Amino acid sequence: MPKNPDIHRVVVLGSGPIIIGQAAEFDYAGTQACRALQEEGIEVILINSNPATIMTDKDIADKVYIEPLNAETVRKVIEKEKPDSILPTLGGQNALNLAMELKESGFLDEHHVRMLGTSAEAIKNAEDRQAFKDTLDRIGEPYATSKVVNTVEDAIEFTESIGYPVVIRPAYTLGGTGGGIAHNLEELKAITHNGLRLSRVTEVLVERYIGGWKEIEYEVMRDSKGNAVTICNMENIDPVGVHTGDSIVVAPCQTLGDKEHQMLRTAALNIISELKIEGGCNVQFALHPTSFEYVVIEVNPRVSRSSALASKATGYPIAKVASKVALGFGLDEIKNAITGKTYASFEPTLDYCVVKFPKWPFDKFVTAKRTLGTQMKATGEVMSISPSFEGALMKSIRSLEQNCTSLMLPMLSGLSDEDIKKRLHNIDDRRLFVIAEAIRRGVDLQEINDITKIDMWFLDRIKALVEMEDLLRKHGTDPEVLSKAKYMGFIDVDIAKLAGVTPAQIKRIRMENGIVAAYKMVDTCAAEFAAATPYYYSCYESENEVDTKSDKKKILVLGSGPIRIGQGIEFDYCSVHCVWALKKCGYETIIVNNNPETVSTDFDVADKLYFEPLTPEDVANIVELEKPYGAVVQFGGQTAIKLSQALRDMNVPVLGTSAEDVDAAEDRKKFDAILEQCDIPRPAGATVFTTEEAIAAANQLGYPVLVRPSYVLGGQGMQIAFSDQEIAQFMAIINMTVQEHPILVDKYLMGKELEVDAVCDGVDVLIPGIMEHLERAGVHSGDSISVYPPQSIAQKHQDTIVDYTRRLAKALHVKGMINIQFIIYDDEVYIIEVNPRSSRTVPYISKITGVPIVALATNAIFGKSIPEQGYEYGLIPAKKHVAVKLPVFSFEKLYGAEISLGPEMKSTGEVLGLAEGFSEALHKAFIGGGYNLPKNHKIIATVKDADKPELVDIARRFIALGYEIYSTSGTCQFLNEHGVKATPVNKIEQGTPNILDMILEGQADLVINTPTHVSKQNRDGFLIRRNAVETGTPCITSLDTATALLTSLEHASEGDRSVIDIAQI
Amino acid sequence: MKGYLLLEDGHLFTGQSIGSQKEVICEIVFNTSMTGYVELLTDPSYAGQGVVMTYPLIGNYGVCFEDQESRRPWVSAFLMRELSRIPSNFRSQGSLADYLKEADIPGLQGIDTRALTKLLREKGTMNGMITTDENFNREEALKRIADYKHQGLVQRTSCKAVEHYGDDLQKNVALLDLGGKSSIVQCLVKRGCKVTVYPCDTPADVILATKPDGIMLSNGPGDPKDCGPIIDEVGKLVRSGIPLFAICLGHQLVALAAGGSTHKLPYGHRGSNHPVRDTSTGRTYISAQNHGYVVDSDKLPDGVHVAFENVNDGTVEGLEFDTLPVYTVQFHPEASAGPHDTQFLFDRFIAQMGGGKNA
Repeated sequence: MPKNPDIHRVVVLGSGPIIIGQAAEFDYAGTQACRALQEEGIEVILINSNPATIMTDKDIADKVYIEPLNAETVRKVIEKEKPDSILPTLGGQNALNLAMELKESGFLDEHHVRMLGTSAEAIKNAEDRQAFKDTLDRIGEPYATSKVVNTVEDAIEFTESIGYPVVIRPAYTLGGTGGGIAHNLEELKAITHNGLRLSRVTEVLVERYIGGWKEIEYEVMRDSKGNAVTICNMENIDPVGVHTGDSIVVAPCQTLGDKEHQMLRTAALNIISELKIEGGCNVQFALHPTSFEYVVIEVNPRVSRSSALASKATGYPIAKVASKVALGFGLDEIKNAITGKTYASFEPTLDYCVVKFPKWPFDKFVTAKRTLGTQMKATGEVMSISPSFEGALMKSIRSLEQNCTSLMLPMLSGLSDEDIKKRLHNIDDRRLFVIAEAIRRGVDLQEINDITKIDMWFLDRIKALVEMEDLLRKHGTDPEVLSKAKYMGFIDVDIAKLAGVTPAQIKRIRMENGIVAAYKMVDTCAAEFAAATPYYYSCYESENEVDTKSDKKKILVLGSGPIRIGQGIEFDYCSVHCVWALKKCGYETIIVNNNPETVSTDFDVADKLYFEPLTPEDVANIVELEKPYGAVVQFGGQTAIKLSQALRDMNVPVLGTSAEDVDAAEDRKKFDAILEQCDIPRPAGATVFTTEEAIAAANQLGYPVLVRPSYVLGGQGMQIAFSDQEIAQFMAIINMTVQEHPILVDKYLMGKELEVDAVCDGVDVLIPGIMEHLERAGVHSGDSISVYPPQSIAQKHQDTIVDYTRRLAKALHVKGMINIQFIIYDDEVYIIEVNPRSSRTVPYISKITGVPIVALATNAIFGKSIPEQGYEYGLIPAKKHVAVKLPVFSFEKLYGAEISLGPEMKSTGEVLGLAEGFSEALHKAFIGGGYNLPKNHKIIATVKDADKPELVDIARRFIALGYEIYSTSGTCQFLNEHGVKATPVNKIEQGTPNILDMILEGQADLVINTPTHVSKQNRDGFLIRRNAVETGTPCITSLDTATALLTSLEHASEGDRSVIDIAQI
Repeated sequence: MKGYLLLEDGHLFTGQSIGSQKEVICEIVFNTSMTGYVELLTDPSYAGQGVVMTYPLIGNYGVCFEDQESRRPWVSAFLMRELSRIPSNFRSQGSLADYLKEADIPGLQGIDTRALTKLLREKGTMNGMITTDENFNREEALKRIADYKHQGLVQRTSCKAVEHYGDDLQKNVALLDLGGKSSIVQCLVKRGCKVTVYPCDTPADVILATKPDGIMLSNGPGDPKDCGPIIDEVGKLVRSGIPLFAICLGHQLVALAAGGSTHKLPYGHRGSNHPVRDTSTGRTYISAQNHGYVVDSDKLPDGVHVAFENVNDGTVEGLEFDTLPVYTVQFHPEASAGPHDTQFLFDRFIAQMGGGKNA
């Protein structure tokens, strides 16, 4: 029975699509919340637009609505389901805002729906700038004072009242241009004057400057009785100035004494007590590095990315406890699941060090600015655990999968000392490596500290690693040195390289001297109480704690590492479902992963969790200890697949499709042979190594051609080339990282793209459904709008697709999952890509077809045929519902990134639109994706010449819907000539007011801009697109997307747009 | 230089010697606090004990003398996973390594502290020897380790003469020093008390003759039952009718004086994260703890009830007398190191003293 007996039916709000700043952590929190509520007999009604999540599975909640996450949806669900409560504090800022909107409008009260957890008033006091300051004033907690001023005189007066330095931020300028830090009157005058001039409203914010202070976070928890505890404190290695999501973070704090720690801890508890938080909360402080002075930066009255990290870092399940607290339980009534003996009203204590490292998408967005600041840019993160800081740091570096497993970044070694020193001033993703290189060059730590403000303690730890590199160069085979190096986190490959021997030699010396990995348990209590939780990390210590005895067969499941573009939460969904299916069959499951945001690294998912990097050595250590029966790699994306060879070397069978067959699908020669044998056509192509070969191949095939490296995910480095010059350019980018495999050059066919995910049991295949892409080939499948079932594909082609899928799955001896992409060109079906593994569409197609694909595939891998599992071979007849998956991007967060769509994937997340009709589903998807049209009924359309004829009809249809079209000269003239009314607008160089002003002023509801291949025009296009995303104006770069949007708008008023419980379809 | 820890049960841990190189035999206990090593080293309650830190990285923020809880460090030995190479904090006045050396305290780093902690948890607190002599005679050493028993710890750590703190403002508090932390004095002084600190063997009559507004009993080291005559004097203080507040060893002595009993916990409570529940309100607080002995809950004297209990294991964390103004806690409201959540108990004590000076 819940503590509050009036709670029976609860609406839980998810966080929507994955975007930068809001990633898988909310799937982890939400999934935990749903399970915690169900445990107490509560009926859970879930709303989330993100189909890739585990929380939107029908076995996680009782009712699941994958609908646009907006007030309209929540109102409809509440009217339909009549819940008594709503829980909004586990779905990030989105969910919180949504609940507040409904609360403030009176809707929740009218429907007698109570907000569980932290009250609306408390949320307002934490979120509203003024209310928050008033709250802090009431309890005497300091914050960075600031004031909006309109004159230099006012700026001076205010600054003199708070003291220098201050930061000046002009209002309404893009990317904060015109701001700066003033240390004295002279600077203040100059910067304020300039800022006022640049600001559109002659307004600047003057704020106490706290850059360079220590950034410290506390995760706190409070119940309705007033019991309050801190779960974890964390110190950002990067001082204030870098968003905490982009900072390297260590837990617990390393450089604070007890006096400082207790001061901040007490402040955090006072704040949540005053705010009357009921549940989890995150408090961020800036602490002056040489005094006890501090300011409160921010309070998040909900679970957050930091709380997911804190949960994994300590073992304390914050979301679960927060959910129980929301039901009315006291912290002293909730058992600590890890020890089973103690209660949630205690504070975890660590006997290890945790490091979190962000994963940035700069490899994907080569033009994006790498500078880190207050806007978060990371798509994901990794976490690592070790008794030493060095060990944890080194583990996290290699968990990032960036071809760099230590502090030795090859690109820096060639730079001059001067360059390195200069680079110390750059706050970007490479700063840590630059610091290491500077230490290598003999730069004094104090000097580095003066520049970076990074605490001397961290710098000394980096220095210790650099010194170890040196020691390894000299005495790398000395067992005592080796033992220290392993403790500090060096892997054999790097040690061998430094010592000038082979990795095998290093391993042999280690074995002879007993220098082997031991595993310790994460138990929340530093071994004070016996714990039985199978959550482990490796270290080089004397005692191993893992009990490897088991009467079950052990299966190793490799996870997918950090969330990145191209390899997102979908693969965590697949890994978790695989584990669940294996457990059901009676296997002992062992998961290895390093992403703290995910469900797969929740300690109660697999029988054993190893929180470790996914490198051959780290996996081998686990294999040597556990001696698993086999490993499953097909659910962990490219990260897991890449380890197939290493597993084979360890004599661990890769279960399911064999590594040889996986390779056959990637290796061009072998694959071509298979296609020939199956009599399946593919676009003509060639494999090349050099730019010259590529150009020759392209000319032979005829432009345009697709250029891409093999063995990558998310189309990384893939481009469509129209000229020799472009080939040279793309090859140069691809070859920036050393390519082990050939580069593929294929004829580009501009046709219709389709995709299937299928399960093969070795005999035949089951195809849950075919998906049609609305954008023509050339836009990466992950960035295309995908529709199930297909809306415009002839039956004969669908039959061909089923037939080809069958032939290919058999020819590749697939056991488990296969994903195939097709293209229909000139009335013929071609194959463009085969991936004998799970794909990012698996969660979505599973949910809408009701076919548990991952479970079926897992059982097939273990010998259970599809009919034995109660399904028939072949294509499952289409459901009456139409599902539209729409990609969601995070371009506004990546200053300088090119937003136009192409063969390389760029989206970070997705939303689903589900309805009985196509246009209605499409409409829901666009709404869910944030396209809120119309506002001003104005559209800017400027397209390349080749697209102009096609634009005519699109423009005509928009006009019919009441929109006005604005275009620059070329497009405008073309439209007018074809009888479509368009208003001319100045090009950028034609002076103001021009097209950019129109965008900046927020006049346009939508920008349609297709990129050209003429560099001058493309530069303008780039500016148009960047300005659109940075002002929050939807920007479409493919006419197919524009057509889809039109279709949705034209039918916006049709259909009842009722909400659909996916369990009912 | 290599250093060794030989435990009573024969387990040997090899690490690197830090601090003094002298050989010591002591009781080995573990502490789970992640911060506060200076406070801990100088807490007299640790006299006679070798402390193992479960948090692996120690010494990061150096040593600030202001953080000392008494005149000098009292631990017999200090053991950790890794001693920081440099101190880094604006308050640091020196490195922990130097501090240990100057105080002639031996220590070890580089040992598997988690394995050692588990051993102590499973087998209970044990004696051990810390040495740098690689040729020690194992049999002979084990015998000496087993025979080790600490004695007279309270007398050793208590002040030798009466000390005065604070201006004569609101209340006169007599503090019986059983080997107490200076934070207790500071918590009282901060609240406007004039504190007179008495050596542990001060007769109750001497204290009562000064007519204090309140009596405070401090924490201290060792087995409360070893305190013999002090217990009788504490009994007199308890029965005096003057508001009395006692912490840790003081709390245990009050229980013994009132007719209760104590026993040794298998491995004690030492850390900054122990939840205690106020039985009158149901509220829980996180407390700092450092004790190996505990008051028996099933042999409470008449007229005494449990005021605080440990949320984890249900042990007695505080007592309140029904008819006397006596309030005691097992944990450390003065914190240092540890959370400040229960400092309100000092306010409660002040309130209990009521009225003005000598009222």
